[in-house]
Amino acid sequence: MNAVARRRAPMPRLALTWFRLGAWLRSPKPCLALAGYALLLGFWYLSVEVFKLPRFAGMPGLTSVFHEWTSRNPTYGISLYIPVYWVHILVSLRRIGIAFLLATALGVPTGLMLGWSRAFKEYVFPLFEILRPIPILAWVPLAIIMLPGSELPVIYLTFLASFFATALNTMLGVRSIDNSYILAAGCLGASSLQTFRHVIIPGALPFIFTGLQISVGVAWFSLVAAEMVSGQFGLGYLINTSYTSVEYPTIVIAMLTLGIVGYLSSAMVRLAGHWLMAWRVPQLVTDGRR
Amino acid sequence: MSLVSQKQVRRGAIRIEDAVKIYDPEGAHILAVDHCSFAVAPGEICMLLGPSGCGKTSLLNAIAGFHRLDGGAIYLDDEMLCGPGRRAAAIGPDRIVVFQNGALFPWKTALENVAFGPVVQGRLSKPEAFARARQLMADAGLGGHEDAYPGQISSGLRRRVEIVRALLNDPAVLLLDEPYRALDALTRSVMHEALLDTHARTGVTIIFITHDIEEAVFLGHRVVVMTARPCRPKRIFDIDLPRPRDIGIVASKRFRELTAEIAGTLDAEALKSFARGEKEGHAA
Repeated sequence: MNAVARRRAPMPRLALTWFRLGAWLRSPKPCLALAGYALLLGFWYLSVEVFKLPRFAGMPGLTSVFHEWTSRNPTYGISLYIPVYWVHILVSLRRIGIAFLLATALGVPTGLMLGWSRAFKEYVFPLFEILRPIPILAWVPLAIIMLPGSELPVIYLTFLASFFATALNTMLGVRSIDNSYILAAGCLGASSLQTFRHVIIPGALPFIFTGLQISVGVAWFSLVAAEMVSGQFGLGYLINTSYTSVEYPTIVIAMLTLGIVGYLSSAMVRLAGHWLMAWRVPQLVTDGRR
Repeated sequence: MSLVSQKQVRRGAIRIEDAVKIYDPEGAHILAVDHCSFAVAPGEICMLLGPSGCGKTSLLNAIAGFHRLDGGAIYLDDEMLCGPGRRAAAIGPDRIVVFQNGALFPWKTALENVAFGPVVQGRLSKPEAFARARQLMADAGLGGHEDAYPGQISSGLRRRVEIVRALLNDPAVLLLDEPYRALDALTRSVMHEALLDTHARTGVTIIFITHDIEEAVFLGHRVVVMTARPCRPKRIFDIDLPRPRDIGIVASKRFRELTAEIAGTLDAEALKSFARGEKEGHAA
């Protein structure tokens, strides 16, 4: 207890990030992660290219995919050296960026209001509960009819799923706040606006960031679904056209690219969360979960 | 009130007259507080002692303004907080509650927590409030913990920081709802001495809920033993132990006489409450 008490000043945020990175590198975790990757890639290589298992025969093999991916002159037209590949990535990223920011900018305030104002909740939540379970794919026709061009429907569909995830988790975050904090703020003379700013928002932050993590996840999910039916660029579009024109290695390249960008985007959200919630780190460490 | 310290204290008198509080979950009228009357002198430490779930917290919450009374009135320094025509007191920094499980904001450092009141009230600028907070923390022996988040310090320290946070607002009354319940016995006795020390320095009126007899006798000028629900004073004990008190006093003959006598009074109420199977804590 004393050791914890004596470490008074919370580490500056950047130092904290470095410290965590260093601790991660020193732990056995990176080796285990590499072993996990090796296992999967090994299975892929052996099943397709060495043992040629029956249903795997038509699949692109590990070596052919990586050869294609790193080729200056790829057979099917997509590799690290081909500008169009990067255009696909950038277009998808731009859509995700716009949809995610929009979903956060609207979802967080909506969720805060849902949790904070009983009247607002009475009006809005029933509507919310009807719209939320509608799968994104069911929105596709309406989105295309409603919105002009090919870009807006895709962004709208991506936004929609993210918005619900963010708003719902934010609302739960507000409701998870211990009532004593709100009463204590009142005792100390805070107006309800000040309570909102100093208690409700920071108190809901852990849930908000859980919501944002889910939100980036579903954003990629619905983006790819939307790009498969609409649009001229993007990784989902790339997968779909490669499928129809039987360019299988390209499909796998696009899938792996999605995995990498998806991972990076949720890592960025997580990092932003740690950045804004430095106060939680010592608590989580003493609780033994991090 | 000769028992209260000699310091000139004028504010912080609480008078409760015929307070009634009824809870009505699912139409079952539960009388939590029934025609309860007593007064607390300025600068007094008044201990409310009663069985679990007897309605002490209801009374405290009514003083704080967290909920309304269904009858009677509460006065602070002859000014009506709530009563006929005004069922709920306004919540404000003249009466500050220190909660059972603590309510320091985990997302603010100890110093930011302590400075919170005057800043949101607009009474002090941020730098002034921080300077005052630093000073008050140092006075209370909490220097060096200013920049820690509540999650980084022990629960005993957290309670002390919370009391300092209340004191920075210069409240008329501190309302403590079993603040040391979750602490271990050793930490608790340190807390008791710190609280008495704080009281000696500030002379603030303290209303303190507990169900620990020794705690009540050690801290209080008076101990109000409450009946099992519905809650009202059963008997009020003047604690004529000398001040300043230290831990040695628990071994004295008078201390043991008082605790024994109070235990006898309380026992019947505890049995009543036990027989009804009251839930602990905020049953009401």
